[in-house]
Formats: sequence, C-alpha cells, structure tokens
Amino acid sequence: MPATFIQPEFRVKIDYDKCHKCGRCVQQCGWGVYDFNERPVPHDEKCRACHRCVTFCPAHCITIERNPLAYRENDNWSAPLRKAVWKQAETGGVLLTSMGNPQPYPRIFDHLLLDACQVTNPSIDPLREPMELRTYLGRKPDAVQVEPDGAGGYRLAEDGGMSRNIELATPIVFSPMSYGSVSLNVHKSLAMAAERCGILMNTGEGGLHEDLYPYQDHVIVQVASGRFGVGPDYLKRGAAIEIKIGQGAKPGIGGHLPGEKINKEVSSTRMIPQGTDAISPAPHHDIYSIEDLRQLIYALKEASGYKPVGVKIAAVHNVAAIASGIVRAGADYIYLDGFRGGTGAAPAVIRDHVGIPVEIAVAVVDQRLREEGIRNHASIVAAGSIRSSADVAKAIALGADVVAIGTAALIALGCHVCQSCHTGSCSWGITTQKPELTRRIDPEWGAERVSNLVHAWSHELQEILGALGVNAIESLRGSRERLRSIGLDEQTNRILGVKPAGM
Amino acid sequence: MASTVIEGYRQVAPHVRTEGDAIVFDANGVYYRQLNDAIRQAVEAGARRIIIENANGQRYIGAGLQVKDLAIEVRGTAGNDLAAFMDGPSIEVFGNAQDGVGNTMASGKVVIHGDAGDVLGYGMRGGRVFVRGDVGYRVGIHMKAYESLVPVVVCGGKARDFFGEYMAGGMLVLLGMNTQFPDDPIAGGFLGSGMHGGVIYLRGAVEPWQCGKEVGIAEASDADIAALTPVLKDYCDSLGLDIDEVLSAPFTRIAPVSHRPYGKMYAYL
Repeated sequence: MPATFIQPEFRVKIDYDKCHKCGRCVQQCGWGVYDFNERPVPHDEKCRACHRCVTFCPAHCITIERNPLAYRENDNWSAPLRKAVWKQAETGGVLLTSMGNPQPYPRIFDHLLLDACQVTNPSIDPLREPMELRTYLGRKPDAVQVEPDGAGGYRLAEDGGMSRNIELATPIVFSPMSYGSVSLNVHKSLAMAAERCGILMNTGEGGLHEDLYPYQDHVIVQVASGRFGVGPDYLKRGAAIEIKIGQGAKPGIGGHLPGEKINKEVSSTRMIPQGTDAISPAPHHDIYSIEDLRQLIYALKEASGYKPVGVKIAAVHNVAAIASGIVRAGADYIYLDGFRGGTGAAPAVIRDHVGIPVEIAVAVVDQRLREEGIRNHASIVAAGSIRSSADVAKAIALGADVVAIGTAALIALGCHVCQSCHTGSCSWGITTQKPELTRRIDPEWGAERVSNLVHAWSHELQEILGALGVNAIESLRGSRERLRSIGLDEQTNRILGVKPAGM
Repeated sequence: MASTVIEGYRQVAPHVRTEGDAIVFDANGVYYRQLNDAIRQAVEAGARRIIIENANGQRYIGAGLQVKDLAIEVRGTAGNDLAAFMDGPSIEVFGNAQDGVGNTMASGKVVIHGDAGDVLGYGMRGGRVFVRGDVGYRVGIHMKAYESLVPVVVCGGKARDFFGEYMAGGMLVLLGMNTQFPDDPIAGGFLGSGMHGGVIYLRGAVEPWQCGKEVGIAEASDADIAALTPVLKDYCDSLGLDIDEVLSAPFTRIAPVSHRPYGKMYAYL
C-alpha cells in the first residue's frame, strides 16, 4: 500500500549548470524541502510554493512549477477536492488551513466602479488642493455640544462631545492578528507603522507584549472568549478595546492556537502555561444575548476608564439586525469582517463556505443604522480582503468609516500567500514562532514597508477623491451615488443601494 | 449630570458618610455609574475601607480596581460583574451576588455570604472567590493559571450545568453543603467539558454521564486533601464555617486527561 495518494502539488526545478551550490535555498526554506548532498536536492512534496528560495537564490536557478498531471484533469472533482478526500481518508481529521477564502466566488468590489466627476461637480487636483483623509473612530454626539462663552453667548464645548473618538490620519487600520499567530517582530512592525501613519494596530486575542507598550496609543486591545492576556493593565493600555465575537474567515468558530506554538514568550503574553492548547471557543460564555453583550461592553468601560469599545463580528445573514443590536448595546464601533478575511488557522470547509461578502454587509448595516437613526452612534470598520486603495474607497462609499487590512499588510512584509500559516513554519518569518525564522523580519524594515503601503494607498485615495470632486474622505462615506455597478443583478444592486452603470 | 432615572435607578452621586476609617456609601436607588465613580474617587483620595449600604443590584462594583490593600464591604445584593477585571482588592458581600462575579479577575478576594448566579469566575486568572451558598450555570468557565497566578473558587452549595467548562487552570471546589436544593445532584451536566487544565474537587460524587469526556474522575488522594486543606481553611475562616465538618466527607477529584484535548482533531492541508 502506498503511504499516501497525495502527489506533490509543485515541482521544484534547479538548473544545476547555474547553481552556485551555496546552500542558501537549504537555509531559507522553512518547510525543509531541501537536502544538501554536494548540491541542493529538493523534496517536492514538502514545497508550499512560498518562493522564499526562489527570491533568495543568488544564481536565479530555481523555478517552481505546478506539478502538471499530479491529478488527472476534471472540472467536477477538482484536484483540491481529491486531495482533501485523500487527506481525510488518511487522517480522519478536520482539514485545517489558513489565509483567506481562495474560492472563485464573484468579487463584488470588482463589479463596482467609482463614478468620476467632470463638469457639474468639477474634479480637484490633490497635488495642489488640501485633501482631507482624517477620520474619527467612535460614537458621535446626537447634537453638537456647546457651552457658555462667558460673554453671554455660546461656543463649541471643548471636545464637542467627541472626547472618546480616536483620530485616524487615514481611514485604514490594521486587522487583529494575534501574537502567536504572527511573530513578535510582525507585531512590532505593525505597531511602529501604526504610530508613524497615525493609525491603529490591533493585538488580536493574544495579549499585548511589553515591547509594544511604547506604541500603546496606537493599539486596539482585543478581548475574545478565551480572555488571553486580558487583565486590567491590558485594558487600560489600549487606545480602544475590541470584543471579538466572530471573524470573517471562520464565523461561529473560535480561536485555537495549538500547544506546540505556545512557546515561552507567547505563553507569557497570553498568560497561559507553555505547551497547552490556547482554546478560545465561540461563543463568549458570558454572552448569550444583546443584553449580555451590553454588560461586557460596560464592564470593559468601567474597568478601563471609559475607553471606546468596539465589537467585531463576521458578516453573515441578518447582519444588519445584529449590528443594530450591537450599536444599541453601546459599542463605539462595529467591525464587519467579510467571508474573504484572512486567518492563521481555520477549518477549510468553514473558511471557504460560510459567511457573506463584506461589501453586502457594509451596505446593509449602514442602511439599517441610518433608517433607525443611530448611524452616528458607532463607526463602521470594514474588513475581509481589502486589496487596494480602490477597495478602500468602494467600501467607504458603501458606508464604512474605516477599513482594516490584514493580509495586505502581511504581503507588504513579504507574505507570498502560500496559505500555510497554520503549519507555523512560514519561511518568510511572519506566521511562525521559530527564532531562526522570526528574525527574518527586522521590525524597522517591516515598519518602513507597511508605512509605505499605507502612505501609497492614502495618496491614491486622495487622487480618487480628487477625481470624485470631493475634498474629504468623510464626504465619501455612504455616498453610493459615486458608485456604479457592472454585471450585478438587480436585487444585488438594490441591496447595495447602487445604480447600474449607465443610469 | 442632571438627576434622571435610568432602569429604575437615579443618576445621582450616592450619599456619603464616614464610619471610623471607612467611607460609607448609601447605594439605595443609585445608578451603577455614579456609585462606581464615587468608589473610584474615594479610592483615589486614599480610602482603603469602603462600605456600600443598601446595594440593590448595582453592576460592576470593584471592576478594574487595582489597589492591593483596599477592602470593600457590600451590604445587600451585588449586581452583575462584581469584581470584573479586578486586581488586588478584597470584597465581602453580606447578601447575594448576581452573574459574572470575578469575570477575568486577576487577583484579590471576593467572599459572598449568600448565593451567586451564573458565569462566576469566567476566565479568572488569580485570586479567590468564596461563595457560602449555591451558584448557577457555567461557573469557572475558562479559568486559567499562569506561574504565580492560580485562581481558586470555592462554592459552598450546589452548581448547575457546565461547572468548570473549558477550564485551563486553577482550583474549583464545590461542597454541596449550604444549599437550597437538597434533592438535586451536587452539580448539573457537562461538568468539566472541554477541560484541559486545573483541578475540580467535589465534596461528594458525580456520575460519569454528568461530566465531559475530557476529564477523569477519581477519589481525592491524601495529596489532594493536603492541597485542599489550606484553601478550605481560608474559606471557613472567611465565612465562619467549621473546617472539620467540611472535611468530614470524602472528596472527588476531577482533572483533565489531556492538556491537548483537540491535538489530534485536525489534519493540515
């Protein structure tokens, strides 16, 4: 009997005429693809096509190809399906995977176009005119608050009732990615970049490492069901606190960091013993109703001196009603994570088949909150595969205040989207805790690259705003009139509140 | 803030007086936010003994307080999330407490002379919670230990379902003594389900069907009793109970069979 039916997905080819036999590919590969026997010898079955070796080969003599007929062609029983069946026949396990949903579902963002202005509302040149990207995360007052000016009149109250808002220089934050799922150097890169860009990073549910304390004004601290790393100090350090109910990549599924990834440092940050499973199941067992959620929101406010508290949920059906309840429960922002959102580890069947797109969720939540007259009570953060500044602009035009980027930030750090984060062997040093791999990310270098990305997208957003003839990102929020759809059905257009192109 | 009524409580500062070295707040009909504001201000001003009279369900008493030598006495019924995220103080409740006592509490001590509700000690990280009477559902869920932080919860009465679910550390003790429900089993179903750390001691016995499949059930050994005795001594001292009576019945030890209950559940793609 063969040990496995699963054939290598990729073929690693080395042009030995060019090879320097320097062994760098052997050192660089986190998956152990290469042996060295006078020259590098690849084991194709271990390759994840992460391209670390290809990138670092000084002789450019490595190519990685798809193994052409590893699986006989069949449009119904695709190669990934057959691989999954064989894997489960061998192991009996739930198939675990990572990164975002790769399935070829329609991408609504790609069916929306921003509609430019020309004459009626002339465009603006962002190179010369001031262009405002600043926005604020948090509850806005129902009315502007004023106070007596001492001379018989009134003036705007010192903060106009906005004191609990967090200023963002650009409408982008980093998605929650826990220390444990990513390395400490990734966390440092994101924290430093958040400070430089005037935005926020998010701890995820893995606690706040003390090396991030200097950046705490730019950190959202997350509270998930497992309460990892959560203590009064943690709550008081964050600029805001986020209750994680759900995640786009795995709605209704909790977090689970396997014991083998709980090394000494992760253990101290999460405040759990080394080597035990970090299980953070859904749901929170103290939240079985909106009233329970309200209780936790206010417990966190009481414990933190009334910091803003947000609630993160996965985009699922009925999300508008859920969001309304969350806002009425006192959340200062609501984080909507669509079904393409990334993850460090999720059952493949959940990641690929559960949830709805963030485009729909943002549109219906914004619409519902407006109808109920409570849109100003909370900000909306949209996430779940925001891939470019165009996606940012479209999400905001559909009703978001801010977008969160996770995978894009990791790609800036070198991620090649090989979808193998759950193995903990990331050759790029991102989703691993192995010291020989984590040191591949220098936080200073990482912060520079991520900051560059945010700055580049911000400049592009200014260009987009200029083309639309508006000079502030907040003027674009919920402005569906600036969008037109192509190739979407009538019902989807109605749900999005977007007209088809030509109208 | 204007004196408005919310959820039946007045949004006004509580009436304050001093009694020896204690600051006494009259919580009668006062909304939780004003009461807790007043407590925090008193603590900031140096108060180390606080008495809350006429407590009638105010939430979040002691939430997030981080003063080691502070003692709070609650006369009446403490509301939900008593001592949530608390780190240091001791709270004594002469009455009952509602749900969520000691939610993610880091250290300190809570003594409840009456009964307590659901989700007692959720995610608790350290310190001690002692309840004289019965407790509700989902007590001790996600309790976890780390180095010197080892939480201890002792419940004198009986418990409902999901006692110690997902427990990852610490000690959870159920005595089944001071109960309103003498005919009920000592605990409900799903005891210790998903448990992967820590230990549960019961004064009495449970049937295997009441427990999660992740735990092993055994008679407490001499070593277990040696570990329990100082905890129960503190419990009895705190509540004025007789330790010899508490120790006069056999104890059952419930502990997880694995620290990795889901270690073999997944196959990596």
